[in-house]
Amino acid sequence: MRLINQRLSPPALLALKLAPFVLLIVAYLAGSAARLTDNPADKLLPALSSMATAIDLMAFTPDRRTGEYLLWTDTAASLQRLGAGLGISTALALVLGIAIGIFPAIRALLGPFVGFVAMVPPLALLPVLFIMLGLGEISKIALIVIGIAPIMIRDMAQRVLDLPREQIVKAETLSANSWLVVWRVVLPQVLPRLIVSLRLQLGAAFLFLIAAEAISSDSGLGYRIFLVRRYLSMDIIFPYVAWITFLAAMADYGLDRLRRWLFPWSEMEVGK
Amino acid sequence: MTLSFKNKTLPLLAIIGASFLAAPVAAQEKTEFNVAWSIYVGWMPWGYAEDTGIVDRWADQYGITINVTQFNDYVESINQYTAGAYDAVTVTNMDALSIPAAGGVDTTAVIVGDFSAGNDAVFLKGGESIADIVGRPVNLVEFSVSHYLLARALDSVGLSERDVNVINTADPDMVGAFQTADVTAMVTWNPMVAEIAMLPDAVQVFDSSMIPGEIIDLMVANTEVLDANPDFGRALAGIWYETVTLMTSDTPEGAEARAAMGAASGTDQAGFEAQMAATELFADPAAAVAFTASADLADTMNLVRAFLFDKGLLTPTATSDNAIGIELPGGTVLGDADNIKLRFTTDYMQMAADGAL
Repeated sequence: MRLINQRLSPPALLALKLAPFVLLIVAYLAGSAARLTDNPADKLLPALSSMATAIDLMAFTPDRRTGEYLLWTDTAASLQRLGAGLGISTALALVLGIAIGIFPAIRALLGPFVGFVAMVPPLALLPVLFIMLGLGEISKIALIVIGIAPIMIRDMAQRVLDLPREQIVKAETLSANSWLVVWRVVLPQVLPRLIVSLRLQLGAAFLFLIAAEAISSDSGLGYRIFLVRRYLSMDIIFPYVAWITFLAAMADYGLDRLRRWLFPWSEMEVGK
Repeated sequence: MTLSFKNKTLPLLAIIGASFLAAPVAAQEKTEFNVAWSIYVGWMPWGYAEDTGIVDRWADQYGITINVTQFNDYVESINQYTAGAYDAVTVTNMDALSIPAAGGVDTTAVIVGDFSAGNDAVFLKGGESIADIVGRPVNLVEFSVSHYLLARALDSVGLSERDVNVINTADPDMVGAFQTADVTAMVTWNPMVAEIAMLPDAVQVFDSSMIPGEIIDLMVANTEVLDANPDFGRALAGIWYETVTLMTSDTPEGAEARAAMGAASGTDQAGFEAQMAATELFADPAAAVAFTASADLADTMNLVRAFLFDKGLLTPTATSDNAIGIELPGGTVLGDADNIKLRFTTDYMQMAADGAL
């Protein structure tokens, strides 16, 4: 039998799926044990028990100074920034993306400009943003928007351009005007794509969020990681990274469910 | 299939994992040493010594090799040292205790190079004294010597950190941040202090010259490596005192050295000399020995460890500021004598003072 036609039994399938995770954990434990034997106070690869202590300290014990539960205040602060950045980007992508895709005048006006802006490396703009917008929340949200909105706008515009011309001509022969074409032909077909586009930008949005929080902040997931990095507290950094990954994975899954729930027809397009 | 896969792979992987991840410094005689340093007025001599061959000359004298590496990121250089990639690093007395010592790496201060006497400062916009800081957001690098300076400044007028709101801000962005409207109080260090002092609305209300001798810049080395290779410590002391003698001398060569160090730290000879004026540099090894052996050092380290414990930086499980032992010259130990992780010694500086290198 050819390898490409191999049929795996369910246990084998499960074993293969779990193998990379198990390998990673075992490699970590082996390395951690080796370093801890050499130096019991080693901070680089802490034992799982010290990570558990750190999680307990961050998530379930009130902070000595402020009385807050740090993990939850950090999470709330970060998710607010992320939510604002993603919300603004999505709204911009929807409006500008469709406008660029469907109206030739707007395409001429904004198409090349958005394409150009999308090439600006956002992190290089960070010092400028902080001077112009201050060190508060606005500059952090602005960084996320500048980082992901141009790419989402371009994606939306391209989806609109990819729509079969025949559909639009057909709508026109049924006497639809420009607005009706946008409303009835374009929008239902590109909305599911907007959510997919948002999902693909989640990782980038987290990257920009953490970069902004590292520069200046008094709470947030990225803030905490860069703060404790100062004294090499990997026992806090590893659980925080795992938590961010979990949040991003949940957001990704949730958005996909939302798309299927809001736009059931988009599932039928799969594999067309 | 599943079983054999697990049986063979896991032990193999454990071996690979162990060999890749575990590379601690072996405590034995060796001939090659790695030293890390970062840009700061009191540490520029290390870069200059490397560039002008002073390092190689002293290393050759003791038959060893010393690789001097400059880090653009101070904290990363300490983390690399703590992880075991470097044998010695430039660090302040506070960070030496909170990073390598708290990370279980037994560390010895080979050279006490200088202490800050104005290189760290508190700035306000629209205020006259440190008491005007009440209720303001204060931008600083949290848990750094700036944070310590703020705590000491607040303490000097009977305030505490509860009276302000600390905002962690990255040091390269300090000067720009000070010029934005929502920043009204800041604590930072040189060269940023010099830049901010020139801004029209900046009022310097407190600086490290008001707590002389508390923020100390050191060259520290891994104690095990040092004990097994005392020649490494001798070479470091030789390099250091030859270079600082040169840089503090009022000769054309001295001026040239100051100009080169100024250029390397992003300023010029005049700017660098202004920073040196805010630094109490121990060019004379006998003065460094006297400072290190004095009883004031114990008072300073008591303040520092109390601050670090209060901030939760003396290991997360510490129950008092005695968690880590600090050995002073003469054998006095502050804190846990069974867990000494930071040691001050005058041995190598004394050899330099005696001309015994």
